[in-house]
Amino acid sequence: MSLEKFKDRNVGQQNYRVLDLEPTPQTGWGRFKRTMKRATKLELLVGLGVTFGIMIRTLFRGESATIRYPFEKIPISRRYRAIHEMKRLLESGHYRCIGCGLCEKICISNCITMETRYDENQRKEVSEYSINFGRCIFCGYCAEVCPELAITHGGRYETSSEQRASFSLFEDMLTPIDKLKSQQEYPGFGAISPNADDNIKKTPLAY
Amino acid sequence: MQHIIAPHEVTWAGTTVKAVIALLILSAVAGFGTYIERKVLAWMQRRPGPSHVGPFGLLQIAADGIKLFTKEDFIPQFANKLIFSIAPVITAGTAFIALIAVPIFPDFTIPDWIPLLGGIFVPSIASDLNIGILFILGAMAAGLYGPLLAGMSQDNKWGILGSARTAVQFLSYEVVSGLSLLAPIMLVGSLSLVDFNNYQASGIGSWLVWKQPLAFVLFLIAGYAETNRTPFDLLEHEAEIVSGYVTEYSGLRWGLFFIGEYTNMVTIAVLLSVIFFGGYNDFGFLPGWLMMLLKVGFFFFLMLWVRASWPHVRPDQLMSVSWKVLMPLAVINVVITGIVVMAMA
Repeated sequence: MSLEKFKDRNVGQQNYRVLDLEPTPQTGWGRFKRTMKRATKLELLVGLGVTFGIMIRTLFRGESATIRYPFEKIPISRRYRAIHEMKRLLESGHYRCIGCGLCEKICISNCITMETRYDENQRKEVSEYSINFGRCIFCGYCAEVCPELAITHGGRYETSSEQRASFSLFEDMLTPIDKLKSQQEYPGFGAISPNADDNIKKTPLAY
Repeated sequence: MQHIIAPHEVTWAGTTVKAVIALLILSAVAGFGTYIERKVLAWMQRRPGPSHVGPFGLLQIAADGIKLFTKEDFIPQFANKLIFSIAPVITAGTAFIALIAVPIFPDFTIPDWIPLLGGIFVPSIASDLNIGILFILGAMAAGLYGPLLAGMSQDNKWGILGSARTAVQFLSYEVVSGLSLLAPIMLVGSLSLVDFNNYQASGIGSWLVWKQPLAFVLFLIAGYAETNRTPFDLLEHEAEIVSGYVTEYSGLRWGLFFIGEYTNMVTIAVLLSVIFFGGYNDFGFLPGWLMMLLKVGFFFFLMLWVRASWPHVRPDQLMSVSWKVLMPLAVINVVITGIVVMAMA
């Protein structure tokens, strides 16, 4: 179906189907006939059958629509943008963040604060990193801009705080070192696309 | 002092026991009915229903009771306080008064090993009036004074609308319920429900529903209107008139209205079972009391089933269908039954 069909606002020009409705009866005899027809059609019993079928399905086939929330949770999409996660390198276990500061720069609600310094190997290390979740609007720019896939959005959506400014520190969001094996890569916000290899182009050195 | 009484003589003790049984069972059923109703409606809407309080949510009744008892008993400033207070009692009271002439379980004698009550013959009916059905219909009709007075006394426009609809409903169904029962009464030749029961004693073939299917359908419809059940849930339809005649009620006064409503539901279910479906006669190997429970349970379930399935009608639709369709049908039914009875005699 092409988009033009939806853009056509000329009502009455398209192929509308006219419902096969009987005209409203004008005479008393016509109304009587319609009443008798409707009364003997037994459509009410069809309605009863529908609800009874649903009851059987709810009771014996477990087709209840209810999720008993505190005890049951539905899985949410991996692309859901909830509380951030800081990822580690799978090989060394070192955190991936290189302290480039792009997430701090791009954050449109100014909720990311970071301080970095050079360690003894002349490598950037993160000394302070915090996200103010009172300000964060979970737009996902930080995860999208991160060149190292170090900051991503996780699925922790049950958050509440006693204060408007609730900060989360780097260590809180970092994958625990003993859970490194269960750290997952996913095609979520900020992750590489599935066809990333195909998109790699040679650096155009020709010019 | 041991009085010697005939084994099947109805004594005041037996009548009292019967009355207490009816009162206790039906008060409990009114509470239990709310639980069943919420469960059945939930299942029909793909929900589990009350399930947190107690096993399977059974203690939800107790939780509701505690809530009703501890709620503020509120009377509006400009309400007529006397009538406002009396109205719920009328509904609940007449609902139980109507039960006097309704047989619920078969006759039985309390076993001798039970202390104090042993050997007492408990009749099927608390009082076998010779005008049984008339009395029941009259008492249940008087019960509509509850909503009528409640709505008018509370100084609230929704209450007034509820009262007006009560009057509309009353004028609609009362003719149908009376005329539809007239045909079975002509066949049985008595107004006592015990005679109705004995008329259908010889198995499923003698059930009156086969001889009077039209009267059964008409009385079923009128019974739904009489108990304010969907599709004739006009008096307090939330989508239109907030809560109708119970808008200003809270706490136990509000609860009394619903005890009355659920008792009326049970009464209608018992009437349908006794008048049209063989009463408390034994059915094959099934004892009469079990048959009665099954039949009353089915008609109670039917009310909830209908509520889950069908939309409700407008007051004017109820009135036109009652006067233009149901009443002529009832009259035709009475005339045909009369001709047949004359021809057979």
